[in-house]
Amino acid sequence: MALLEVNEVSKSFGDFAALDRVSLSVPKGSIFGLLGPNGAGKTTLIRIVNQITMPDQGSVFLDGSPLAPNHISDIGYLPEERGLYKSMRVGEQALYLAQLKGMPKSEAKAQLKVWFERLEIGHWWDKKIQELSKGMAQKIQFVVTVLHLPKLLIFDEPFSGFDPINAQVIQKEILRLRDEGATVIFSTHRMESVEELCDHIALVHQSKIILDGNLTEIKRAHLSNRYKVGVECADPEQTLKAIGEKFDIVPSTFKSVYKGVQFSLQLSEKDNPNEVLTGLSHYGMIYHFVAEVPTANDLFVQAINQDKR
Amino acid sequence: MKHLGLIITREYLNKIRNKSFVVMTFLSPMLMVALISVVAYLSSMNNDTLKDIKVLDQSGYFGHLFEDRQQLRFEILPDMELDQAKALAEATAAYGLLYIPKVDSIAALQKGITFYSTDTPALVVTVGIERLLQRQANALVLRENGIDDKAIEALYFNVSTQLETFAGQETSKLGSGLKLVFGGAAGYLLFMFIIIYGNMIMRSVIEEKTSRIIEVIISSVKPRALMLGKIFGTTLAGITQFAIWVVILGVFSIIASGVLGLELGTGVSMAQDAGQLGDTGSQEMAAAVAKEIWQLPLTNLIVMFFLYFIGGYLLYASFYAAIGAAVDSETDTQQFLLPILMPLIIAVYVGVFTVIEDPHGTVSQVFSFIPLTSPVVMLMRIPFGVPLWQQIFSVLLLFITFMGTVWFAAKIYRVGILMYGKKPSYKELIKWLKY
Repeated sequence: MALLEVNEVSKSFGDFAALDRVSLSVPKGSIFGLLGPNGAGKTTLIRIVNQITMPDQGSVFLDGSPLAPNHISDIGYLPEERGLYKSMRVGEQALYLAQLKGMPKSEAKAQLKVWFERLEIGHWWDKKIQELSKGMAQKIQFVVTVLHLPKLLIFDEPFSGFDPINAQVIQKEILRLRDEGATVIFSTHRMESVEELCDHIALVHQSKIILDGNLTEIKRAHLSNRYKVGVECADPEQTLKAIGEKFDIVPSTFKSVYKGVQFSLQLSEKDNPNEVLTGLSHYGMIYHFVAEVPTANDLFVQAINQDKR
Repeated sequence: MKHLGLIITREYLNKIRNKSFVVMTFLSPMLMVALISVVAYLSSMNNDTLKDIKVLDQSGYFGHLFEDRQQLRFEILPDMELDQAKALAEATAAYGLLYIPKVDSIAALQKGITFYSTDTPALVVTVGIERLLQRQANALVLRENGIDDKAIEALYFNVSTQLETFAGQETSKLGSGLKLVFGGAAGYLLFMFIIIYGNMIMRSVIEEKTSRIIEVIISSVKPRALMLGKIFGTTLAGITQFAIWVVILGVFSIIASGVLGLELGTGVSMAQDAGQLGDTGSQEMAAAVAKEIWQLPLTNLIVMFFLYFIGGYLLYASFYAAIGAAVDSETDTQQFLLPILMPLIIAVYVGVFTVIEDPHGTVSQVFSFIPLTSPVVMLMRIPFGVPLWQQIFSVLLLFITFMGTVWFAAKIYRVGILMYGKKPSYKELIKWLKY
């Protein structure tokens, strides 16, 4: 079941087409990566979902019903360009923003306490935003986004402004929120995060969707049947030549504590990897035999380059 | 509109809790009153000093006339040379020396009289002395022509024209003066308020843009709600400040006038010396002022003041909000501010120059209907009596226009708050109206 359905949405600003018949489907309880180069149309799409802008054509459905004003309290949005009222105090500001999202003040207060304990920032309640460091402010920004217990969370570059340790903390919280039932849309250029977190992805390029679906399935579809192989042997040059006569290989290097030959092995459709493995074992101890799986980064670059042609 | 109350509350509290607001609200009226009191006190001190005037009357016509009055002490000198008299006056640090030369005919007195002093004498003194001399000279001429003293006395009576409107309402010169003051004060107050609070709104919008909080808020509320909440919240803060000022000024004026009660008295005597008001005592003066104030259409003035205050302020406030949304920083606001302030400045000029001369003339009337200038101009006209239908029509026009400008401003606001980096021009803004 899809929590968010975008159907053939188009949006133009004057002569500039920001979105061209964009459709996607975000499954409930998933972490969905919305990827794409700068200027592709991601922010416009996100703004449409948040009802900040209206589409020229197409429709958006949240949890089965067409997008309506009451959905505002069901969505939590962390924009890429974000900030808070500098001279307002943390506690007061968080409550104000939660109330704007439709959460009653008392509930907001209770939830805020939970988050303050969780992130160990209880002593910040009465501090003004301008008194906090950037990383601290970003934490508050995150809390403010999720405070009203929305069904759909949209994070645009959530990790910017965080050091590696705090980025981990936030990542943990995002996963926890997903486990507690929220659906997460996640826009970022940090491909490692996409690898670690996303179940589904959609790639936007020049106002169109050029790739979308379950990440694992996409990767599987893009498998090239290549393997990275490492064989321990006494005479690397000889071994490499010998193997090269029997198999389709390209020398390659990757970090390892073992000494020997390293190469990229291309198998054909009819080759059985197990048989190949046994065949290679004659040349020495095989310490590395891993299928080359395209990373999200690889998929991104590949798809963009293909679309450009 | 959803959450409008919440937004208004936040904007209101944000303004009220600001340190500069508190300082401005409580300190400035005190400063003003203190300033006025000091000035009044100093000038009254000045007026209390007795002015010692020596009189050398060689003509013999005036001697007995110079009686001490208020701060003027006349000392008639025995016959001596002019130089001697001057030396004496300087030596005794007299305020001045009035020299009336020996003349052949009374007519010659027109040019011969000289007042010697160390510095330029106060206008009040000069005019007072001239009046005395004038009166006596006139009497002498009449006597020369055979009119007896009793008849001469009867000649001098104060003519003051009674002023009454066709409707039978009594008015007076004092009343005219007061109307001017009230109308002018109301118009000017509105002008200042619009500028100060309009600026606050504009700055608040710009701050939300630069801190990027707007990106977060805009996913929760509609831009129009945010804009209106900001305008109303700031308005309430302004009204609060205004109310506090009224209270403070009221309290202080009562205290101050009690302590420096002489103020009013010396002011009156100054006017008397200048011969402008005839012989009314200071008490009567205060009563006259009070009477005139009560004769002003006070209810009309107060009710209209509020209506125009709200309408005019809201009209301009929406402009300020739109400008704030269109720019990225305060420095870019200049090109937009000037044309917005122009009508306001024109309104004040029209009010001061035209309304005073001709409150019900064409220019005054026209400008009291044009929504951009009506708040100021109409308020200045009201003390002079404006037909009710004109007032109602003008107010309605103002409020309808306000709704129109809010509509435009909201469109620009909506686009502007998420637009960065573009140096906005008027052409650009028109494009935004179509988005």
